[in-house]
Amino acid sequence: MRTFTPVTVYGLRFTTPLAAFFVLFFLAPLLLLLFISLHNDTALTEFGFSQYTKFFTEGFALPILADTLWLGVQVTLLSLVLGYALAWAFVRSRPSVQTVLIMIIVMPLLTSVVVRTFAWIVILGRQGILNTVLMNWEWIETPARLLYTRSGLVVALANVQLPLMVLPLITALQRIEPNLEDASSILGASAWRTFFKVTLPLTLPGVVAGCLLTFAASITAFISQSLIGGGQMLFMPMYIYQQASTLQNWPYAAAISLVFLVAVMGCVSVFNILGRLSKGYATT
Amino acid sequence: MSTPAHGFSLTLDDILHQYGSAIAVDHVTLEIGAGELVSLLGPSGCGKTTLLRIIGGFLQQTSGRVIVGGRPIDDLPPNKRGVGIVFQNYALFPHMSVAENIAYGLAARGADRSAQKKQVGEMLELVQLSHLAERLPKQLSGGQQQRVALARALAVEPRLLLLDEPFAALDKSLRLDMQIEIKRIQRQSGTTCIMVTHDQEEALSMSDRVAVLSRGRLEQFGTPTAVYDRPETLFVNQFVGTANQLQGTLESTSAEACSVRLPGGRILQCAPPHEALPGGSDVIACVRPESLRIGSDADGIAATVELGLPLGATIVHEVLTDDGLRIKTSEPRLPGLEPRAPGSRITVSPLAASAIRVFPVPA
Ligand SMILES: Nc1ncnc2c1ncn2[C@@H]1O[C@H](COP(=O)(O)OP(=O)(O)O)[C@@H](O)[C@H]1O
Ligand SMILES: [Mg+2]
Repeated sequence: MRTFTPVTVYGLRFTTPLAAFFVLFFLAPLLLLLFISLHNDTALTEFGFSQYTKFFTEGFALPILADTLWLGVQVTLLSLVLGYALAWAFVRSRPSVQTVLIMIIVMPLLTSVVVRTFAWIVILGRQGILNTVLMNWEWIETPARLLYTRSGLVVALANVQLPLMVLPLITALQRIEPNLEDASSILGASAWRTFFKVTLPLTLPGVVAGCLLTFAASITAFISQSLIGGGQMLFMPMYIYQQASTLQNWPYAAAISLVFLVAVMGCVSVFNILGRLSKGYATT
Repeated sequence: MSTPAHGFSLTLDDILHQYGSAIAVDHVTLEIGAGELVSLLGPSGCGKTTLLRIIGGFLQQTSGRVIVGGRPIDDLPPNKRGVGIVFQNYALFPHMSVAENIAYGLAARGADRSAQKKQVGEMLELVQLSHLAERLPKQLSGGQQQRVALARALAVEPRLLLLDEPFAALDKSLRLDMQIEIKRIQRQSGTTCIMVTHDQEEALSMSDRVAVLSRGRLEQFGTPTAVYDRPETLFVNQFVGTANQLQGTLESTSAEACSVRLPGGRILQCAPPHEALPGGSDVIACVRPESLRIGSDADGIAATVELGLPLGATIVHEVLTDDGLRIKTSEPRLPGLEPRAPGSRITVSPLAASAIRVFPVPA
């Protein structure tokens, strides 16, 4: 008797190219990084954990890690508020308006990060657009310091990463049955109640996905952090770069990279757990 | 429900609704009494949903007024109208249990927890779903979901309950159960009900009165018997039930009857037309298949059987008259009665003149 293999089951051999690629360009460098980090000296002669001890005990690096993660949280929250409003407006617009909006939303993805970041320098600078406008309207007398500040950085990063937040939110909002909001209001709920009891819970998977992407992208945004931060603020990506390139301290750079990686993975798994919890909501 | 809530009356006063320049609802006026179950019946696209959304407050009509219990409610948003809706796809909140769904409207109105719990319990009992209170909607069958939607709408004791194509998604056997169920609950709660449907059987079997709509216009508003037996327009005659259409010219009209001359020269006695028509005008005489008898009477219309179909409880014949008219007849299936063989010579005669309705030829 012939046995039939289901057409949707494939042998694992089809994944070999991908697996090879993954091993060669991700796993191998990662193991190399681990190997380098386990040396006490820059010449890589003496094995030991002193790089990790240094990171956790010296008192200089740990705050940078914490601050980087906090920056991620701030940018993510700001993106969430702006992105939700934008996604909401998009879903409720007429199709012709939607075409224009989606262009505006996706545009940042089509331009280089460097260009977008320089645009923000033009906006936030001492003689920038924002200061000029504020002074022309006589709201302020002297140019405010916007560039090279924490809030300037948060705003700029939120803008740069906004598509990553908006696109999953649009998908989530579009999946909501429009009758649900009508049902809520005909049952006596106000617009706010409908939003918090129906719309928001049902878009949680989109919220989690958007936050995850924005968070991961903003804490590792080396270029934007450096250019808008203007070297005044030190975050993990720049710190790693300094140790590796400027100070040639490869073991330490490797060690802090790995610590950063583990910390980010920790945050990501928290998001993932939240995402899985919110999955139960999403299916209509 | 602890005390049977009594529904409010609903008046639609000359409602007009346009989407851009297209008219979706064309000057509809309806007076619906408290506690009545009225169907809005019409083909897809005739404006039923639009009318329902206007009553619910989701859509602002171009002109006209919606009056509930004697009070115009056009300025009220949906959440202040006290109207309950069972949506076509039920629109249950997927992230809430059955009990939470039913409690939703009570919570929105600020009822305290114990009152909510009590009312939810009574509603679950009413729709006989007490054992499923903690399930999520997706864990329920279609009929159960519909009963939850009904309980959720009734929990806030609406003045008016709107049902949009409530049975469209149910299979046939379940449909009849739910129709009986909804009728029972509606009687028990005394809620005024407006049911939208394109299924004429459903409208006729469940409603106190039926409003037939076509292309946004109200064609007829009356009891199921009146709509079925005394259709006022050709559309109603065609849409509610089926009818053979016979072209002819009006010969004469009296108070009780009229006579129509068919192309072959035969004179047909019919019920007098609903609107006065001048003699000699072109008319269409409509006769339902079940108002025709097949036999061998000498004064019947001579015809040849083309096709005989045993359709469960009835037998349907398609016959071709000697004058060249193709006519359908339908008769109850009695034991031993077989469909006639194609080619059999028979005569067809109407049961009564009053069963043949006469309408002007549409312009
Ligand atoms: N949002 C809309 N914009 C434009 N035309 C619409 C809209 N909704 C419905 N219509 C039109 O109005 C008419 C009535 O629609 P509807 O009330 O949905 O009919 P029904 O529920 O009886 O099928 C239809 O011709 C439909 O194409
Ligand atoms: Mg409809």
